[in-house]
Amino acid sequence: MTSTYRYLPDTKQDQEEMLEFLQVSSIDELFEDIPADIRLQGELNIPQAVPEPLLMKKMNQLATKNINANQYPTFLGAGTYDHYIPSVVNHMISRSEFYTAYTPYQPEISQGELQAIFEFQTMVCELTGMDVANSSMYDGFTSLAEAASLAVASTRRSKILVSKAVHPESRAILRTVADGPGYTVEEIQLTDEITDLGKLKEQIDKDTAAVIVQYPNFFGSIEDLTEIKKIAEENKALFIVSANPLALALLQAPGKLGADIVIGDMQPLGIPMSFGGPHCGYFAVSKKFMRKIPGRIVGQTEDEKGQRGFVLTLQAREQHIRRDKASSNICSNQALNALASSICMTSLGKQGIRQMAQLNLEKSDYMAKTLKQKGFVILNQSPFFNEFVVELPRPVKEVNAKLLEAGIIGGFDLESDYGHENQMLLAVTEQRTKEEIDQFVEVLEAIVNG
Amino acid sequence: MTKATANLLYSKEHEWVEQLEGNRVRIGISDYAQKALGDIVFVENPEIDDEVIVNESMGTIESVKAVSELYSPVSGTVVAVNEELEGAPETINENPFEAGWLIEVEISNPEELESLLNEEEYEAFTNEGEE
Amino acid sequence: MVEYNDLIFEISRPGRIGSSLPESDVDSVDITNKLPKHLIRDVPAELPEVSELQLVRHYTALSNKNHGIDNGFYPLGSCTMKYNPKINEDVARLEGFSRIHPYQPVETVQGALEVLYELQEELAVITGMDAVTLQPSAGAQGEWTGLMMVKAYHAQKGETRKQVLVPDSAHGTNPASATVAGFETITIPSNENGLVNLEELKKHVGPDTAALMLTNPNTLGLFEKEIVEIAQVVHEAGGLLYYDGANANAILGKTTPGQMGFDIVHLNLHKTFTTPHGGGGPGAGPVGVKEKLIPYLPVPRVEKDGEKYVLNANHPLSIGRVKGYYGNFGILLRAYTYIRTMGPEGLRQVSESAVLHANYLRKRLEPYFEAPYSQVCKHEFVLSGSRQKKLGVRTLDMAKRLLDFGYHPPTIYFPLNVEECLMIEPTETESKETLDAFADVMIQIAKEVEDNPGVVLEAPHTTVIGRLDEVQAARQPILRYEKAVEVEKETVKS
Repeated sequence: MTSTYRYLPDTKQDQEEMLEFLQVSSIDELFEDIPADIRLQGELNIPQAVPEPLLMKKMNQLATKNINANQYPTFLGAGTYDHYIPSVVNHMISRSEFYTAYTPYQPEISQGELQAIFEFQTMVCELTGMDVANSSMYDGFTSLAEAASLAVASTRRSKILVSKAVHPESRAILRTVADGPGYTVEEIQLTDEITDLGKLKEQIDKDTAAVIVQYPNFFGSIEDLTEIKKIAEENKALFIVSANPLALALLQAPGKLGADIVIGDMQPLGIPMSFGGPHCGYFAVSKKFMRKIPGRIVGQTEDEKGQRGFVLTLQAREQHIRRDKASSNICSNQALNALASSICMTSLGKQGIRQMAQLNLEKSDYMAKTLKQKGFVILNQSPFFNEFVVELPRPVKEVNAKLLEAGIIGGFDLESDYGHENQMLLAVTEQRTKEEIDQFVEVLEAIVNG
Repeated sequence: MTKATANLLYSKEHEWVEQLEGNRVRIGISDYAQKALGDIVFVENPEIDDEVIVNESMGTIESVKAVSELYSPVSGTVVAVNEELEGAPETINENPFEAGWLIEVEISNPEELESLLNEEEYEAFTNEGEE
Repeated sequence: MVEYNDLIFEISRPGRIGSSLPESDVDSVDITNKLPKHLIRDVPAELPEVSELQLVRHYTALSNKNHGIDNGFYPLGSCTMKYNPKINEDVARLEGFSRIHPYQPVETVQGALEVLYELQEELAVITGMDAVTLQPSAGAQGEWTGLMMVKAYHAQKGETRKQVLVPDSAHGTNPASATVAGFETITIPSNENGLVNLEELKKHVGPDTAALMLTNPNTLGLFEKEIVEIAQVVHEAGGLLYYDGANANAILGKTTPGQMGFDIVHLNLHKTFTTPHGGGGPGAGPVGVKEKLIPYLPVPRVEKDGEKYVLNANHPLSIGRVKGYYGNFGILLRAYTYIRTMGPEGLRQVSESAVLHANYLRKRLEPYFEAPYSQVCKHEFVLSGSRQKKLGVRTLDMAKRLLDFGYHPPTIYFPLNVEECLMIEPTETESKETLDAFADVMIQIAKEVEDNPGVVLEAPHTTVIGRLDEVQAARQPILRYEKAVEVEKETVKS
């Protein structure tokens, strides 16, 4: 048993020396505290080791069994988007000082990570218009559930009102999370594709901890946050907004429209789709909730010489100290993806992010317009950002299969989550060219006429 | 201990109670407690008009390394809150019995005071814990 | 190394840009015609304005102020800071994996689903469970997922059991997860050998016991020898056994939580299965269960229908969704690649070397530090700095002194039941030379404490920054850069 595995450095001699020092005769002796009847007999029944060149080949083969967005233009959005990621992002996050580090518990040798997070927090505050942001969370969906739990804990009320135009997976996860402490989740019905404010007024009451909407909402439309805030405020409920950070380059910051908590996913800014994860939730609050924010947070301070430095702070509420009294069990963030997102936002910069958002707005506008000209009905009654719903004369599944044959990945089918038959949610990012959009419309026309 | 502390009552949760005029009392944490907590960074007090209940949580006190519940030594209605602590929580470390007070309460059940400890008993209680 | 202390915002200058986007090839749209004024952004977000090279220099400078496994030894107990293989990074970045959308038709993602399906199967074998969900993003989310299944399992039997039992040496996430899942935590004290006190456990187990959460080997690095009896006690009362897989690096191919009697297991792929910690995440915390709990697994589940891989959300007893889409796929890919690299024999050697290394280092250090549990350990061990504390030097000081030698310190002040605790996990990927060099430095520090404590008390001496004022950070939190502050400074200067 010597270095046949490239990650294991022990030579036979190393092991003999260590065993001799320990005065034991074999490694097995070190495992004698495992009772004999629960020791594994024989090998684990998993595939044998594969050398690197063959494994790389195998993984490449598996990868090519998938169709990626570089091969086929994709019009899928619904929470995950095919956006351009500047090359610098991957190069910088590939510096192993970042990716092979643990959580920065030793600030003296983690200033790079801590400062990067501090900068990330600042960028999130800038985009959302909020006072305080944490270092990131698992993803936008779980951030939403954490926000609801924070609202329940801090208002001591037990009902969450969530718009049906919030992502179906966010609502599903929220229901699972609510089952733990046992608070109730009620959905607010829609008028067309927008949260019904009349219904909201009926449902909201003294037991409502928070109202949650999405901005732009699941169907791409832009909710009027001002009106919703008014209703929430009148009932002393918190106002939680789940926002697409790219859209915030053009849309008024939720913080300026009265949001108490803003959450969402940084995936549109620098994070690959990667079949749904890992992405990167963000979590921002107004100052009032600074000390209730879940997860980790970095603060600026000084060393004894007065040099600026950064540390994890407000940690006393975290699980490793508060244990069963902690307000959340989360003890990690998505640091590397937050870093990727920071680098992307830095690369785009103050001007670039607006330009990118504007391209999204214009391309989706163009596609919707073109579809309308060809006689398709666009169901959005309110202005939309980079997604909208088109009505088709046939089931979406059928249409998507045909589009696939034509080398296009079609949109999201609204049937299973909303029961809306023949409705397709389309996303048009800056990645889609006019030709790709025109081709899509052409193929779609042929399908429905054919 | 200074003269000022001689008339205080104490709970086993390390709060002190000072009887003011009528049924009004002032509450803080003891010198022993502030030392045990270390550098205090934040206090979450109840708000004016909140009801507090004896031996139930009325807020939290936070040091760099821990968050502790504050248990009310009495029942009643909060009538004053030490606003100074918001900007200067270190006042509790510096002067726990005077400037570092937490809240004032109009108590609803004066009998509860009888179960609190006097200074001597409290000192004995904390010494017990040391062993 | 040139000193660099700028924030990205401080090197920003109006008009610079670090990227280039194409001109629009469609009609322009004026947002003011589309949206009411109050919904249009009035003040642009102050993102940095820098050139591409400035960006690269900035983040390179930051990386130079960071210590990762690739920089040096990282014996952080309970975190399993082993080498993060490079092939895993290459695989995760293949376009066929990184540029696929989670809602693509399943026919177009068969390669991805094959990876997920096989990983589920292999992790089930490794843990001795019957089925696995890959959804949870991290260990803590895995714990919560497992406990929600515990809750659903009891509820299905018409029972509402409220208590989760946790030993006093457990990770802080265990009680926190129990609370978030709606349980109350009962702490079970350890016995004098650092193991679960079976008699105490028996006192607390009863009709209200939902589950016992256990790490085995425990956080002291000791194997719970009475695990079979422990399992029996809990099972006889109708409770379930939850295995916190944070320490699974000690048991690969040697035993399984299934054989020990556990019903639910979570694994930390970022510990045992070499996926990088990323400075705090992303990780992955898959959960395995025994057959009786399969109906409660989160949806959707990756299943095989003939030769085709499918996603199935139709499981009515499921606890529901716990995480967006199907888990942290990019992380799962890395773990899959690692398991393929090692195979069954390789994984067994991983644990054997991890245990050998821990025992070797333990025995080298024991003469110089208090060893509250001096016995054969598994993949990690604890020492106490109590001897040094008597000389006025705390464990924190020794940890800081280690920084001067280029080492990341061990985990300190955990577990809570050991005074001035140092928890050391060397891992299997370190060479004997590295272990010896680290031991020599630890011994040197122990001697410094006796002869020249000042050098330890004032450490670190060689880092880019000294010990930071954490009290100030928490009292007057500065949690973001404020441009206004800079403007003021400049005004003062001019």
